[in-house]
Amino acid sequence: MLHPIPHQYEHEEPIVEVKGVTCGYDGTPILNNVDLTVNRGDFVGLLGPSGSGKTTMLKSILGAVDIFSGQILVEGISINTKNPRVGYVPQLETIDWNFPVTVEQVVMMGRTSYSRLLPWYKNSDKQIVHEILERLSIAHLSKRHIKELSGGQQQRAFLARSLVSNPRVLLLDEPTMGVDIKTRDEVMHLLDELNHQDVTIIMTTHEINSVAAHLPTVVCLNGEIVAAGAPKDVLTPATLKLTYNADLHVTEYEGMTLVTESPHFFGRNAGTSQNSNSHYSEHN
Amino acid sequence: MFAPFEYEFFIRGIVVSTLVGALCGLIGVYIVLRGMSYIGHGLSHAIFGGAVVSYIMSINFLIGASIWGFLSAMLINLTSRRGKIGADAAIGIVTTSSFALGVALISKFKTFTRSFDAALFGNILGVTDVDVIAIVFVGIVSATAIFLGYKYLLFTTFDPEVAQYHGLPTGWIDTLFTLILAAVIVVSLQVLGVTMIAAAIVIPPVSARILTNNFGTMMMLSVAIGGFCGLGGLYVSYYIDISSGPSVVLFSATLFFLTLGYSSFKELIRNLGVRN
Ligand SMILES: Nc1ncnc2c1ncn2[C@@H]1O[C@H](COP(=O)(O)OP(=O)(O)OP(=O)(O)O)[C@@H](O)[C@H]1O
Ligand SMILES: [Mg+2]
Repeated sequence: MLHPIPHQYEHEEPIVEVKGVTCGYDGTPILNNVDLTVNRGDFVGLLGPSGSGKTTMLKSILGAVDIFSGQILVEGISINTKNPRVGYVPQLETIDWNFPVTVEQVVMMGRTSYSRLLPWYKNSDKQIVHEILERLSIAHLSKRHIKELSGGQQQRAFLARSLVSNPRVLLLDEPTMGVDIKTRDEVMHLLDELNHQDVTIIMTTHEINSVAAHLPTVVCLNGEIVAAGAPKDVLTPATLKLTYNADLHVTEYEGMTLVTESPHFFGRNAGTSQNSNSHYSEHN
Repeated sequence: MFAPFEYEFFIRGIVVSTLVGALCGLIGVYIVLRGMSYIGHGLSHAIFGGAVVSYIMSINFLIGASIWGFLSAMLINLTSRRGKIGADAAIGIVTTSSFALGVALISKFKTFTRSFDAALFGNILGVTDVDVIAIVFVGIVSATAIFLGYKYLLFTTFDPEVAQYHGLPTGWIDTLFTLILAAVIVVSLQVLGVTMIAAAIVIPPVSARILTNNFGTMMMLSVAIGGFCGLGGLYVSYYIDISSGPSVVLFSATLFFLTLGYSSFKELIRNLGVRN
């Protein structure tokens, strides 16, 4: 399995600083008083139930959410003063898969603002796009329509689009959603590789055991930051209760932290054929 | 078969109709891919109101109606951006009331009931030299703008949110596009008529989309199909003596169903091939 080791730097160098931020949409706060410092080389997983503000957290760093108080700095500069050099990989569900574009065309989009006055892309843009496609081993698919790819390949295509602008920070919204175990592993290894090449990564996920527990840092969100730190410190029944408002069970197995639900069974014959020897109360 | 070409008005009509068809096909690509097909229908109705108001106030129709159309489109954006009202509902409100204003003014003043038909269904014979100049001018300006802004338009159409994160001025791009759209609809009004424009904007890109998965190819095909339908539709309208608008639309619709049939047939063959 995967055990990414974060890049170690002699001095901790903050790259994303969220300072006392309350932010949301249309005057309604979604995240309250968030303080978070992500250092250069970090690999952070954001956890939290649906609607807890994971995507909002990512978008606030991109400057796409109304900030009611506090401020966000990327590489020491307020995101209000300068567009931050941050790559973003949206949740694949937000993509219009019927749009008539090829993989190459999608990845090329990432270079749009590099030759502002030219109506077409420069040869150097094409070169960079091709290098990234090679690096993510999808160069042979470059002329394919985006719908004709597997889930993992689609993920890599959109990852490639964010990488062609050479970002120092990469934000990914649920990059391992809806793919099988092997593809998930591929995606995570790819991100790990990028992390070792000095790309700071912040990603959201719903997968506690298979993704979050293997990251160096996890942050639990629920309208505010509940806890942040190494998985073994953060993934405790107490913080998980505060995050998910559910009783979760934490065990250690061969050095891995495993979070499981309290045993309960679904279906009308539940409990009759199964040996439910749990002393935890069941939810009715 | 070439008999009608002996008439100068017919040649002018053919040229104008082909140009208008191609132009609608060009901007239609973006309209269809943004899922805004209804806006062509709405804006042409809104612009009708603007046309009547311009006439009554003795303002040049082309300028008055373009500004009116542009403002209507911006009003639609503003209404739907507030979140509670969907764009489709906003289009319904803004454009129908503008159309109603036009109709109300006409019934009040009753000075130009005869050109009412022409406005609704298109009348190629009513196209003046000034109209021709306007069509050519709008054609050149919008083709140039779309060519120069190709990669910006592609990105903002495909993924407006991420385009913004990449520092693209999506608001300005949308505004500029809306301006072009309003101008295209205004110059197409004479040929196609208020009620027919929507089809001329939607059918060519949809037919093109069926034939290709590539954005660039889709653009070129859509322009070609639009132009061909403008030409063919006008030709048919001369022979069976119907208004130019419905003729172009029926011609396009026929072509669309042929395209659909052709691609279904191809798919069927492919599936049979796979099974064997
Ligand atoms: N554009 C928006 N306008 C208004 N409210 C929004 C918007 N986007 C999200 N919200 C609200 O903000 C809250 C947090 O949403 P967010 O998308 O950040 O949650 P999430 O943690 O990413 O959830 P999920 O796990 O389901 O993706 C939700 O209550 C949602 O309804
Ligand atoms: Mg989300």
